[in-house]
Amino acid sequence: MIDFDKFELDNGLKVIVHKDTSTPIVAVNILYDVGARDEDPAKTGFAHLFEHLMFGGSVNIPKYDVPLEKAGGENNAFTNNDITNYYLTIPKQNLELAFWLESDRMLDLAFSDRSLEVQRNVVIEEFKQSYLNQPYGDVWLLLKPLAYKVHPYQWSTIGKEISHIENARMQDVKDFYNKYYNPGNAIMTIAGDIKMKDIEMLANKWFAPVNSSKTPARNLPMEPIQKEERKLEVKRNVPFDAIYKAYHMCARTDKDYYATDLLSDILSNGNSSRLFNRLIKEKRLFSELHAYISGDIDNGLFIIDGKLVKGKKMEEAENAINKEIEIITKQTVENDELQKVKNKIESSLEFSEMNVLDKAMNLSYSELLGDAGLINHEKLKYQAVTEKQLLRSAQEVFRQDNCSTLYYYAI
Amino acid sequence: MIDLNRNTQPEIKLVSKINLHQPEVVHLQNEIPVYLINTGTQDLVKIEFIFNAGNRYEKEVLVSRFSNKMLKEGTKNFSSNEIAEKIDYYGAHLQCSSEKDNAYVTLYCLNKHLEKILPVIEEVIFKPVFPEKELQILKQNQKQEFIVNSEKVKYVASWNFNELLFGKDHPYGRLITGEDFENVDLPKLVNFHKETYRVDKCKIIIAGKIPNNLVELLNKHIGIYGSSNYNMNTGEFSIKSEQEQNKHIKRDNAIQSAVRIGKILFNKKHPDFMKLKVLNTILGGYFGSRLMTNIREEKGYTYGIGSVLISLQQSGYFFITSEVGADVTQNAIDEIYKEISKLQENRIPETELNLVKNYMLGSFLRSIDGPFALSESLRGLIEYDLHNNFYENFINIIQNISTEELRSLACKYFDKDSLYELRVGR
Repeated sequence: MIDFDKFELDNGLKVIVHKDTSTPIVAVNILYDVGARDEDPAKTGFAHLFEHLMFGGSVNIPKYDVPLEKAGGENNAFTNNDITNYYLTIPKQNLELAFWLESDRMLDLAFSDRSLEVQRNVVIEEFKQSYLNQPYGDVWLLLKPLAYKVHPYQWSTIGKEISHIENARMQDVKDFYNKYYNPGNAIMTIAGDIKMKDIEMLANKWFAPVNSSKTPARNLPMEPIQKEERKLEVKRNVPFDAIYKAYHMCARTDKDYYATDLLSDILSNGNSSRLFNRLIKEKRLFSELHAYISGDIDNGLFIIDGKLVKGKKMEEAENAINKEIEIITKQTVENDELQKVKNKIESSLEFSEMNVLDKAMNLSYSELLGDAGLINHEKLKYQAVTEKQLLRSAQEVFRQDNCSTLYYYAI
Repeated sequence: MIDLNRNTQPEIKLVSKINLHQPEVVHLQNEIPVYLINTGTQDLVKIEFIFNAGNRYEKEVLVSRFSNKMLKEGTKNFSSNEIAEKIDYYGAHLQCSSEKDNAYVTLYCLNKHLEKILPVIEEVIFKPVFPEKELQILKQNQKQEFIVNSEKVKYVASWNFNELLFGKDHPYGRLITGEDFENVDLPKLVNFHKETYRVDKCKIIIAGKIPNNLVELLNKHIGIYGSSNYNMNTGEFSIKSEQEQNKHIKRDNAIQSAVRIGKILFNKKHPDFMKLKVLNTILGGYFGSRLMTNIREEKGYTYGIGSVLISLQQSGYFFITSEVGADVTQNAIDEIYKEISKLQENRIPETELNLVKNYMLGSFLRSIDGPFALSESLRGLIEYDLHNNFYENFINIIQNISTEELRSLACKYFDKDSLYELRVGR
């Protein structure tokens, strides 16, 4: 159970406060409601490139990191399809410094051409390091456009291609900032040994003066229901064949989300899971095999991926996956098995409340989904899932014509 | 509203006093020491069993890794499936890992399920049977993972750099090949387990919100086993670094090169180790470090670069590591040496040193924040038979080290002629 208070400034900034007296460290998390899904299809990779630029100096502070490090703090950020999330931890006596830093870069950035040029290079090296210079590194660049034809989830956070990053111009960057980096488009959570009235004072002092301009309402195209199976074969210089199957699934706030998540646990969470037991250990078709959900806010993907054991045939491996899919869509899950995955969820939720940074991130994210308090209902929502719901969700997701398969062959 | 001056930074108050929690130590009836870090707020614990069963103690490569990973693949009374089923059913997480010096069995568990899970842990540690069928599967899958990693420049660099430094026969440096997986067999694992997973070499660290009956439960399941009298490999080897100090492993398709530059040093018991931690932080140990600032933030040659100081029971080493664009690899290497020279030629500006000191104190505060972080930090002492005064001394060093002392450390330990350089790429 995570207790919290919440208030909103006149400029629209939402502030969530969680008190935890067990630590000398305070976590500050600022979530901006902008991700790769908000990008122009001709200028992808922008949300993420922009995240890098947020460290290039703001209107009154030439280098974000220097004062923070001087105060014993540490920070980082990540971008995904849906959000850009900035976080820091700092010894509690220096908390005001975090307000100074974060409000200044919400106020205005000091863009320099030099900073843009360097961060373009850094991101291009990141693109190479994570997607091009790794065996199987380009999988997401192939699988996402296969599964999504209309919705912007079709491109990866890093961008469709390096040229989009190379072509980023100063005006594009400024437009992006003005459009999305507004107080009304942000959720700030502070967690630690703090007092509500101090946070109210600090938030009013540093953030209230930041002018709000309106971020336009999001109006993304819905991905149409997939009506025929899609397949893509590639050959690459990798040691082993691999297969990736992506099924469309519901949105994060859909009532079926919890059942669908539990399905992925039944299939592959832990060494007692079905895929691990039957396809890795009994049949020895795969050296590794995973089932998981993307967890996106809009309609996401349920993914099954695996690397084949040397000498095994793709067809045999895929048939074996399909057989497990068939079982889970036809037979009700036994009570014990359902209880097992529920116990696992209970445990992982409990472990996720161990430190202030995790709690701060989770609170911001829950607020984005509609209400920070959702975080305290997750366990019950998982507990409430029935065998019937599991079966229905399985039937909903695992239709053959809802599936995109990438066959990744070793040369 | 008051006029807000955003040009003036709010005052920073330094971290001056750090309260390092002193763990309570109890002994099981068979003398195993148990370190209790009872500072948790959630009803759960992490229980870590530490054994002298890392690479250092194996006669052949992979024996340490496989005996560790096979622990949960079948015991006298439970099959591999039954173990997995129990662990999963109670939402626990059992992690087995082996490193250069030690091997670990770590349990994460909600307190309410401990009574159900500890009998499994007992079997896993003391009664593994290493079933042939499970061994075959693990060998096959681990070998495939190894082959995939062999395609990654980062891994190739890391393995080969250790060989350069420690020599091909030293357990810290020995390379693994695909064939080595075939040579792992049951007798080797059984022997290694008997020699190394032993009561007289075991230490236990528990962190979380520790229930009152946990020590009693551990006595029931772990305390009943006696010491073994098998002879154990001493784990002492002499280091024979390779003659060639510069090595280039060709990877013609690589669009980035992995680079490592460094040398053998010593472990944390050496009086200069913690001082070098400060120098290392300045060079490449944090986001604002010299290497990151120059090679990432000014030149854009890489997504990341860092330097690391590693302590091992029998030695220690220092290295700089990065993956850089193939076309700028030489430029990046030149810049690395330039940064090292700067540390030797000029004193670090006081403002920079002050920043690093504050950063390191904050960082230390984070490293002991919460029971799990604290248990990891204390493990770093317990494994070396050190005590809390070690970290108190470290804080003293951070607060008092001078710019001249750092410059002389850079001259003494980062002499270019003593550094090994490895690149994997075009």
